[in-house]
Order: sequence, then structure tokens, then C-alpha cells
Amino acid sequence: RMAEDGKEDNFLMKPCLCGIKMVEEGCTLLRRMEICVAEAEKRSGKNAVNMQETFTVYLIETRPMDALNEGRNPAPDSLWRRYSEFELLRNYLIVTYPYIVVPPLPEKRAEFVWHKLSADNMDPDFVERRRVGLENFLLRVASHPVLSNDKILYHFLTEEHGWKEVVYETGFQAKVLQIFTSAKEVIRFMEMKHYSDELQSHTSQLLRARARVADRLYGVYKVHGNYGRVFSEWSAIEKEMGDGLQSAGHHMDAYAASIDDILEEEEHYADQLKEYLFYAEALRAVCRKHELTQFELEMASQDLISKKQQREELATGIVRTFSFKGMTNKLFGQEAPEQREARLKLLEELIAEGEDTVKEKTVECEEHVERAWVDMQRFKEQKDKDLREALINYAVMQISMCKKGIQVWGNAKECFLKM
Amino acid sequence: MSGHAVPVDFSGHMLDLDEDEDLEVFSKNTSLADGGPMPNSPSSLVNQYRLEEEEEQPGADAKDFFITVDNPESHVTAIETFIMYRVVTKTTRSEFDSSEYEVRRRYQDFLWLRGRLEESHPTLIVHPLPEKFVMKGMVERFNDGFIETRRKALHRFLNKISEHPVLSYSQHFKVFLTAQELTSHRKQGPGFLSRMGETVRAVANSVRGLRSRPEEFSVMQEYVDHFSTKICSVDKVTQRIIKEQREYLDELRQYGPTYTQWAELEEDLAEPLKGVADCVERCSQETEEQIQQLSEVLVPALHEYVLCAETLKAVMRRRDNIQAEFEAKNEALASRKADQDALQEEVDGLAERVEVANTTLKEDWSRWQKAMRTDLRSALISTTEKNVDYYEKCLAVWESFLLSLRVEPSGQENGDGAS
Repeated sequence: RMAEDGKEDNFLMKPCLCGIKMVEEGCTLLRRMEICVAEAEKRSGKNAVNMQETFTVYLIETRPMDALNEGRNPAPDSLWRRYSEFELLRNYLIVTYPYIVVPPLPEKRAEFVWHKLSADNMDPDFVERRRVGLENFLLRVASHPVLSNDKILYHFLTEEHGWKEVVYETGFQAKVLQIFTSAKEVIRFMEMKHYSDELQSHTSQLLRARARVADRLYGVYKVHGNYGRVFSEWSAIEKEMGDGLQSAGHHMDAYAASIDDILEEEEHYADQLKEYLFYAEALRAVCRKHELTQFELEMASQDLISKKQQREELATGIVRTFSFKGMTNKLFGQEAPEQREARLKLLEELIAEGEDTVKEKTVECEEHVERAWVDMQRFKEQKDKDLREALINYAVMQISMCKKGIQVWGNAKECFLKM
Repeated sequence: MSGHAVPVDFSGHMLDLDEDEDLEVFSKNTSLADGGPMPNSPSSLVNQYRLEEEEEQPGADAKDFFITVDNPESHVTAIETFIMYRVVTKTTRSEFDSSEYEVRRRYQDFLWLRGRLEESHPTLIVHPLPEKFVMKGMVERFNDGFIETRRKALHRFLNKISEHPVLSYSQHFKVFLTAQELTSHRKQGPGFLSRMGETVRAVANSVRGLRSRPEEFSVMQEYVDHFSTKICSVDKVTQRIIKEQREYLDELRQYGPTYTQWAELEEDLAEPLKGVADCVERCSQETEEQIQQLSEVLVPALHEYVLCAETLKAVMRRRDNIQAEFEAKNEALASRKADQDALQEEVDGLAERVEVANTTLKEDWSRWQKAMRTDLRSALISTTEKNVDYYEKCLAVWESFLLSLRVEPSGQENGDGAS
């Protein structure tokens, strides 16, 4: 269910790690490597402040696709990673590709919990759903036309030791934010921001309402279990009705028990929605960076303008703006011509640098805006496809639940008919 | 002291009844044969229940009464406000002068009727009336729901009496159905004082204690006690289910709109989102109907038998008291030397009374049990049918949603159907 779209622009072509030049159709990592998060295990160890802690690690298995395509079945390479390492990977990707809507991770902590479901991070159902979510994250990243080519990603999947150090060495944390420009793009980003806000609001409302409905439905089914008990007790004192009541009671017990599986399955649906709740945040992050970097470009432009003004003042002697230097010059006399020359020369250099910077940044901005827009389109298609499927699956689940209900109550009716 | 509770005017009517051949045959219940040999005594008491002539019994299904209770109307006087119900009777019984009657009655009139019936037939199981006082939680005594529930129960009460082989021939019943003005009739008869006397005697006898209850009545008592507990439990469980269903329905009503609101934000995704919203809405309506069925069919039926259980307990007590009275007098006879003849006659009378009481109770008991099984079976079957119907309708709703998206109802990626 990964949407691999082949509509790449030229500037996205980069050499693959295996040395093969990427063709326009896109050679994502997932095409060359089978990836899965196979297992989860509990570990304990000492943390940074030398305290004992328990945490969960996840087993990542990879196998080369060409071997599988030839029909061979090699043993997978594998390594263990914990959630915090996935987080580090994602943060690295966000900073390095700020114009890309980076796939989200599954929940760090269980949220939207309806009261029968555990809120414990060690709960096996939660761990299992997280395992699925982490695998989903890796599959999405590895099939993304841009992100899949990243070296750090490849290391994450293949090198167990020393990966963290490699990530920190990229210095991604200190990276300067990209700058955007152009009014057209500003409007696009406003729309994107609005959409991401709305998406976040609607999905979270839906998830909350669903959890409440699940809670209530649980109550309805479980109360029917009481019928099971009471009918059974009642059957003991009845002659003609005894058998019918007894067997009807068993069906009521079955009915009450059936809700557990039904709601467990619905959690998967909720997870699919949650992914897009978190995607909304990723979308917003791209927009926020746009705003920040827009501001930075303005600052850089302002700086250039002020330097040019200073140069003009120095050259012509006419003071247009207030400055301490100007004041002291007036008060204590002007500086010597050599000093003025030196200052002018320095200014010219700075101005030249500044102009280059602004030019560079402007070009980069426009490129990045384009790339972000492309990824936004890709994201939109992916979202529509995924969520449509999720809604269909939800309907299928409801149908299955109805069929079970028909069966149970039909059986109960038969029991009563025989009474 | 006459131990019997037969009102004076009743025995007066007995002479009339003797002349009427049709009335000899009252029992559609062949279980008369189970009652054992009837004492051949000239006492008018026994003649009430004895087959004088072998007439053909009418078919078990032949109804000779069609009674409706409807049209509740509020009556306001200076002192009080009360509801009058219209009681329409259509009958083919010959002791009724006309074949159709229409009268207006209030709840107190029903209470009077039932009181007289119980008085005349202390060991017959007289169907209970709906409760006198408002149920907790209801603020208005005359809100429509309460009146309707009561009306239905009163309707059922009269129909149950009309189906009873003995009670339907009661003069009080006839008066109730036919007299335009009931107040004059209500003043006749031993009424309150006699009931008081009976209660005092009952208390006195219960202090002395029962010598030995016949085995079959001990069994009956045990059954009654257990049945009472069980039927109350079933009633409680059902009320709880309704409560849970209502809360589920409330949440469902808030859940659907979250899909609609989200749909307004989307383009391609809007169709499936709106589809799900629509499905949830329609399922809500079905849930409402299901709750209604429970409230209007199952709950009243269960509640009726909760009240019946109390009636049964009272009947058992009265039977015990009749036996206790006989035993007390019998002992007195054994110990006292004087007044032997007078006492002997009294004791004989009481002995007969015990016989009659036991026999009538036994017959009515098996009749009641059959009716109970029929009524509860029918209500339970009706409930299961409604539940099957509920799930079938919801199933259709979700299937049509999938069809509208041009998806196979078995789902695309589901293991069930074709992929």
C-alpha cells in the first residue's frame, strides 16, 4: 500500500549507494531490499544517569531483493533498535529534508485510550501495534523517492553499532533552515498550514469520539454476560424451559465475549487514522519552517540593504541614518582617509558576500518550495488512497460484527423456540 | 366466626347460576382430574368449583371476551386529579344481558376489582395490577409514558382475568365491566373490615406456625422463592442493558458528525467519509428502534412476572393461613371437652376449606405456569427476533456503502473473500 510515484524531477536524481545511477522512474530502497520489523523484546539496562530502566527493543530484518527475486531464501540480516533510535532517525530526516512531509512514527505513549484498553507502554497489545507502526514507518521512508536514498537511513537498517555517532557527526542539529520566497508559494503554504490544522483537529475529534463509542459498546456486550449467568441459574428451577434457558445463556456468554476481538480489530483502524493525525503535524512542520525561513531571508535582505546604505554614506559623506559611529565622528572629528578607505573596502566585500548569499538563498528557496509542493501532492494521493482503504476496512469490520450478531441472536432464538 | 371469605351477595347469585346450564362448565383446564376426589358436601363453597354436569368443554382457543382499555382522560375535581380509562367489552357470554359494554374506570376501580377477586378466591392466582405509585426517577405522575405503560398493563390485567376459568365468572368482574356507576357497588360487601380481620387472624396463625405443609406445596414455595429472585434479576439485567444501549446511542450520535465535518475539508476523500457518516446515522436509528422494542415488549413482560412472583408469595401465605386456622381449631377440638358438636362442625367446615384451597391452588398453579412459559417465551423470542433484525438492517447499511464505492462486500484485502 505504499504509493510509489514515478513523477520525479531531474534534480532528484542522485547516485544510489550501490553505485547504480538512478533512473527517472525512481529506484527506491524498498525495491532493492526487503525490510521488516519482525519482533519485539523487553530489555533492561542502566541509563544515562546510571539508573535501571526497562525498555523495548525491536528487531529489524533485511534481505536483498535480487536474491528473493531469484527464488533463493537467504537468512535475513538483523539488528535491534529501540524507539528512541527511530526518533533520532526521524529528527535527522526532518532537518535534512525540510521540504519533505516525513512519515510519522507511531505513538510514543498510548493516547486516545478507552478505559478498557491499557495505557501501559509495556502492554503486549500496545507493543505489538507499535511494532507494526514502526515497520510501517520504515516501509514508507524506504519507498519515498527522496528519503529512501539517504545514507543514514541505510546505516540505520544495516549497521547496529556506532550508528548514533555517525548521525551526530552529520551535524544535522546545527543545520541552518532553508529559506523560501515568492508570494505564490506563501499562499500555497498558508493553504497547506490551514489544511494541516484542520486535518489534525478533525482526526483527533474522530478518534476521541470513536474511543467513547467503543467504550459504550463494550459495556452493552458485557452486560449481556449477566443474562448468561441468570438464565443458567433460572434453568435450574424450570423443567420444560430449563434446557432452552441454559443454552440461550451460553449464547449470551458468547455474545459478551465476542466484543473483545471486535474492538481489538478496530484498534488497527484507529491506528491508521492516528498515522494521519501525526502526518498532519509533519505537514505543519514543513509550513512552519517556511515561515521561519521567510523571516530569515527578510533579515538577510535587510542586512544587505543597510550595508549598502552605509557604503553610500561613507562614499558621499551624507548621513541618512543615525549611527553611533556617525555621532562620534561628528563629536570627535572624522576619521582619517586611510581608515575610511579600509572601511569602505571591507563594506564592499561584505556587500558582495551578502549579495551572493541572498542570491543563493533565493534560488535554494524556490527549489525547496517546488520540492515541498511535489511532496505535498504525493502525500495527498497517498493519504486519499490509504484512508479510503481504511474506511473500507472499517465497513468490512462492521459487516463482520453484524454477521456475528445475527448468528448469536438467531441461535438464542432457536433455544427459546424449543422451550 | 365464619372462616370463609365468601361475600354474602355472591352466594345469593349462586342460585341464579345453578339455573343456568351454560355456566356449569367453566374449566377449560383438564387438570381438574389431577386434583383428586372432591369431597361430596352440600356446602355451597364446594359447588362453586365442582362440575355439576358433564358439558362439552369449549375449545381451548375460544375467546368469549374481547376487552380493551384505552382513551385515558384527565379528570380534575376540587380535591384531586386522576385519569379515567375507557373499558370496552364485547362478549358472547349469556349471563351478560348485552354483547357490548362501554364504561369509564379509574385505577382505584381496578384495585377494588382485584381486591374482591382475591377475597373471593384466596388461593387463586389473580394477575397483578401495575404498581400504584410512580417509579422512582419519574417526576410527573401523569406524563404520557407512564400513562401509556399503565394503560397497557391494565388492558392485560382485564384480559388475563377474562381468560381465567373461574375468575371470569366472578360477579364483581361482571359489575366492573358493565356498571355505569361503580361507586355504589364498591360500598357493598365485607370489604375493608373483613380484610382487616383476616390479616389479624393470619398474623395470629403464623405465630403458632404451620404443623406440616404438604410436600407439593413446599416444593411450590421453594420454586416461588427462586423464581422471584431469578425473574427480578432478569428484569434488572434488562434495565441495565437498556441503560447501556442509551449511552451507546448518545455517543454514536456524536461520532457520525465527526466524519461529516472532516469530509468538508477533503476532495476525493469526501465521498467515503460522508458514506461512513451516513451509515453511522442509519445504524443509530436502528439502535433507537431496538431500545424501543426492549422497553415496550420485554421489560413490561418481565415486570409483570416480577409482580406475579409477589402475588404467588401472597397466595402461598394465604393457603398456609387457611391450613393453620384449621389446625388451630382442630387442636382446640381435641383439648376442649365442652361444645364438641359445635366445634366439630366448625372444624369440618375448615377442613373442607383447606381441601378446596389446596385443590384450586394446584389447578391454578399449573395453569399459571403454562401461561408464564408462554408469555415469557414469546417475549424472549420477540426480543431475539428484533436483535437479528437490527443486525440485518445494519449489515445492509454497510454493504450498500461498500457497493456505492464499487467494492465487493467481502472486502478487497480481507481474508474472507476474493482479493
